[in-house]
Amino acid sequence: MAARALSVAQACDAAAVVDLARQSVRELNAVLHALGPEDNRTQWRVLNPAARHALAVGLAQPVTVEIAGHAGYYCAGMNQHARVIVGGNASTGVAENMMSGFVHVRGDASQSAGASAHGGMLLIDGNAAARCGISLKGADIVVKGSVGHLSAFMAQAGTLVVLGDAGESLGDSIYEAHLYVRGRVAGLGADCVPKEMHEPHRAELHAKLAAAGLAGEVDIGDFRRYGSARRLYTFHVDNAAAY
Amino acid sequence: MCGIVGLFAKDAGIEAELGAHLATMLTAMEDRGPDSAGFAVYTAGRPDTVKLTLRPPPATDSDALLARLGIPGSAIAPRGTHAVLSVPRAAQEQARAALAQLVPQTVLVGAGERMELYKEVGRPADVAHQFALATMRGTHGIGHTRMATESAVTTDGAHPFSTGPDQCLVHNGSLSNHNAVRRTLRRRGFAFATENDTEVAAVWLSARMQEGTPLDAALRAALVELDGFFTFVVGTATGFAVLRDPIACKPAVMAETNRYVAFATEYRALADLPGIATARVWEPEPATVYAWQLGR
Repeated sequence: MAARALSVAQACDAAAVVDLARQSVRELNAVLHALGPEDNRTQWRVLNPAARHALAVGLAQPVTVEIAGHAGYYCAGMNQHARVIVGGNASTGVAENMMSGFVHVRGDASQSAGASAHGGMLLIDGNAAARCGISLKGADIVVKGSVGHLSAFMAQAGTLVVLGDAGESLGDSIYEAHLYVRGRVAGLGADCVPKEMHEPHRAELHAKLAAAGLAGEVDIGDFRRYGSARRLYTFHVDNAAAY
Repeated sequence: MCGIVGLFAKDAGIEAELGAHLATMLTAMEDRGPDSAGFAVYTAGRPDTVKLTLRPPPATDSDALLARLGIPGSAIAPRGTHAVLSVPRAAQEQARAALAQLVPQTVLVGAGERMELYKEVGRPADVAHQFALATMRGTHGIGHTRMATESAVTTDGAHPFSTGPDQCLVHNGSLSNHNAVRRTLRRRGFAFATENDTEVAAVWLSARMQEGTPLDAALRAALVELDGFFTFVVGTATGFAVLRDPIACKPAVMAETNRYVAFATEYRALADLPGIATARVWEPEPATVYAWQLGR
C-alpha cells in the first residue's frame, strides 16, 4: 500500500488527487478502501474519469470524493457514509445498493440510478433515465429533472422526489416507497395510484428537499403523491378463493 | 452484452478522421464484445461503380482473382481478410455470377456505391488494426463488438449485417419473433445467409426500403413488427439512424456537436471524440427514431 499511497498527489488545497489517466480504477478504490476512521485525507478529487466503471465503490468512511467528469457504471455503489460528487453524467446504476451517505450527480444519470439503495441520499441535478430507484429499499432520491419509464419499479421503502416529469409505468408493482412528482406523469404502473397529500407527507417532502439543499426553491404544493394501492402484494383473506 | 458504435459526419472536415475515431470507439467497447468485431464505412464512391466487399478463401491472390473474373473496368483492393471489388454498375450481376461460379467459397459481405464492410473473429482492437480502420475516411460508419450468446463465434455471425445496397445494421439485443418474420420474408422471396436474429432485422428493413419506405419510417414500422430487445444503428448511402426498443433494454448514449453525431453503447466509447466536453450528450428515448441525412 505504501507505494500506492505515495502515488496520490497531495494538492496544496489539501485534496488528494488521483489521476485516472495515470492510475487504475483498482488503485483508486484500493486507496479509498484503505482509509481508516482517523485518516486526515478526507477530501479526494478524481481526474480524467472518462466514464470508467466502478469509480469510488464500496466506500466506508465519511470522506468526500469529487469525480471531475463523467462516471461509468455503478459509480458510488454500496456507498456508506461517503459523499461522492460526479461533476458530469453518471452511467447505469449510480449509487446502486447505497447504504448511507450522499451521492450528487451534477449532470444526467443513466438507467437504474439508485437501484436497491437502502439508505443515504442520491441527488441528480439533471434527468434520470429509465428505472430510477428500481427496487428502492429505503434511500431517498431527488431528481431535479425528469425520470424515465418504470421508475420506482417494485420500490419497497424510501422516497423518490421528482421535480420534473415521470415516464411510463411509474411505480409499477410498488410496495411501500413514497413517490412525489411535481410534473406530468406519463402513466402509472400496476398497483401504483395517486394519493392525497396530508401534513406528514408535506413534512416528509420538505425534509427531503431540505436535505437536498432545495428548501424554498420549489413549492411543495405543486407536487402530487403516488404510492401503492396494496392490491397486488397484500394477501386478502376475503379473496382466498381467487388465489 | 455486445457493444455498438456509430459516427456520422455533419461537417466534411471530420471525414478524414472518421476511421480513426471509429477505431477508438470500437476498441473502447472491447470488454463488451471481445470475440469478434466488424464495421462499415461509407467511403467515396462513383454512381457508375458498385463496390462488392468480399471475403475470399484464405490466401487468395487478389490480382489473380480479378484476372480470373475478367470483368472489364474492374479493380480490386485487398484489406485484411477481405477485398473490395469495384465493378462497373452495368456489370454487377455478371460479377456476382462469376464469383459464385469461379470462387464459390467467396462470401459477399456487402455491396453498394459507397459502403465497405469488414468483420472478423478476434479482439476488436486487433480487428480494427487488421483492416487498418484508422486510415479510412468516410461520411459515416457503424461498428459492433460481439459477445456471442446464442450462436457460434464465426465471421458470418459478426455484425454489421448488410442485406441491401449501401445498407447495414448493427444490433445490441435479441429478437424474439425472428423465426416468424424470417418465414414470412422467405415466402416473399428474400434470402438469408444465417440463422441469426439480427440478419432478420436487416432483411426486414431492406424489404421495407426496397418498397420505397424511407429509413426513419421503416424503423418506426419496425417497432410494430419486430419483437424483442434491440438497439439498432443503421446506415444507408445518405442516412444514419438509431432506434431502441420500447423498454430500452440495452444501454445507449449519443453525442452531437456541430461537426458530428455519435452513438455508443457506453459513454466510454465517446470519451475521446473531439469536442466531447462541450457536446450535447443524451440517452436516446425508447421507441423513438433518431435519424440524420447527409446534406452535402
